Amino acid sequence: MSLMIKPAPIRKTVSVKATPQRAFEVFTTGIDSWWPRTHKLGSAPLKQAIIEPRPGGRWYEIDEDGAECSWGEVLAWDPPKRLLLAWRIDAEFTFNPDLLTEVVVNFTPEAGGQTRVDFEHRLLENLG
Amino acid sequence: MANSSAAFAALADPTRRQVFERLSDGPKAVGELAWGLPVSRPAVSQHLKVLKEAGLVSDHPEGARRVYRIDPQGLGVLRAWLDQFWDAALLAFKAEVEREAEGEGKGTTP
Repeated sequence: MSLMIKPAPIRKTVSVKATPQRAFEVFTTGIDSWWPRTHKLGSAPLKQAIIEPRPGGRWYEIDEDGAECSWGEVLAWDPPKRLLLAWRIDAEFTFNPDLLTEVVVNFTPEAGGQTRVDFEHRLLENLG
Repeated sequence: MANSSAAFAALADPTRRQVFERLSDGPKAVGELAWGLPVSRPAVSQHLKVLKEAGLVSDHPEGARRVYRIDPQGLGVLRAWLDQFWDAALLAFKAEVEREAEGEGKGTTP
């Protein structure tokens, strides 16, 4: 592809009142507790969002009708510092194993027992 | 959000993506865009119409012909949907982390 205009990565930073360990846990094994229910691939309502806690682990949803839809997988698992996920959801909002965009999350301890969470969703040009 | 879904959907079609990519090195009229593509000129016009409705290209008359160009804000639209989504998701994440941390601080909860 020869697109000359590439979308910049999405970057966000949030500070949370918790240790990096806890922030990492909630982001990963606790993803179902915060993931917006509106964002799912299946036709039935979302029952559970899951990140399997290991390198190569699946990132997927289970719907009320029992269907499972993959979103991607864990590319790097480095608790409590860093998480790298593959997001393989294409322009038609379906799972596409050949598509790669990356979600990177870094957890850095801050003064006062807080954690800075640096988030990036990159390689968005692959969606075009 | 309707707009960015439209942008995703518009670029999902391989021929339409090709038409779009041909505009990446500068504005072109329908004839130039159709040249070498395995589809008819009316089909290219139709693809351009969809791209335009999705906010990815814009057009303006130049003499007797109509010239198309990439709308520089179009790819931004594509990205904006995800940007907005992650804002909401990270806000929900923060609330959940801090809710749990607070619960811990209070000791046992019923």
